[in-house]
Amino acid sequence: MRILDDAAVDGNAIGGLLIEIFGAEMTTATGTCGSCGSVSQVAELSVYRPGLGTVVRCRVCDTVLMTFVKIRGVTCVDLQGLASLTR
Amino acid sequence: MRTLRLEVADWPGHRAGQHLDVRLTADDGYQAERAYSIASAPGEPLTITVERLDDGEVSPYLTEEAGQGDEFEVRGPIGGYFVWEPAFGGPLLLAAGGSGVVPLRAILRHRVRTGSQVPVRLLYSSRSWEDVIYSSELDCPPEGVQVIHTLTRSQPPAWTGYARRVDKEMLAEVAWPAAPSSSGGPLAYVCGPTSFVESVATGLVGLGYPADRVKTERFGATGQ
Repeated sequence: MRILDDAAVDGNAIGGLLIEIFGAEMTTATGTCGSCGSVSQVAELSVYRPGLGTVVRCRVCDTVLMTFVKIRGVTCVDLQGLASLTR
Repeated sequence: MRTLRLEVADWPGHRAGQHLDVRLTADDGYQAERAYSIASAPGEPLTITVERLDDGEVSPYLTEEAGQGDEFEVRGPIGGYFVWEPAFGGPLLLAAGGSGVVPLRAILRHRVRTGSQVPVRLLYSSRSWEDVIYSSELDCPPEGVQVIHTLTRSQPPAWTGYARRVDKEMLAEVAWPAAPSSSGGPLAYVCGPTSFVESVATGLVGLGYPADRVKTERFGATGQ
């Protein structure tokens, strides 16, 4: 498990965003990293918000699991880094 | 620091530990959104406690401008991970850094309102006594609740409490002894700046707390 610094928050912080996208509470959903296979709840993932959007990374191998970018009122969602996301 | 009471039409009720999002929209359409922990227990009037950040986009409005009757957009309640119900058992170790105490206060109040007898220790790290939120409430904790302060930057005269950042030695003194996950055992909720949460959560796991008995909520550098 990587130690996070203050640049990161965690998946709790994107609960509202995920409700907007998935229409359901997702912080307790289980994500599997497509790179290292580690399994954790969304609330436990590391989250970075560099201004343009939101980047969610694996706590073990730091792979980008999800990105969310809002452009002209449309949120673009990329879940390519996840092997699975289960609620 | 300011505690605001919100009236939200059709508010479905919340769980202790949840947060909500506040969204402000400027005249030119620019939107800023921030998450705030809910400070009140389920069933109480809905309140949030907001720390003013000098470079904040939302907190200066909420702490200085918003007045009675003003309206803004609220989304919530949010979160199903950092929540506590009496059935989860304990004993409870609550660890707060700065305004990370807000959702833990909701948990403490929920414990009282539900008649739960679960023993609680709150370890609360603040820069100085002036920075302690809910100090009058925490000065007279309900039966079964111990509040342990640490003041990291300055301390009042004759202060006999902790005066440093939370470290392993402090956790070893304050935290309930760990127990195997299978027996339930102590349950920890840790909320605050990311570096605070990392150090406390790592320390607790080092003391033998199973990772799944340490719930964490990190809010970055400077608060929510």
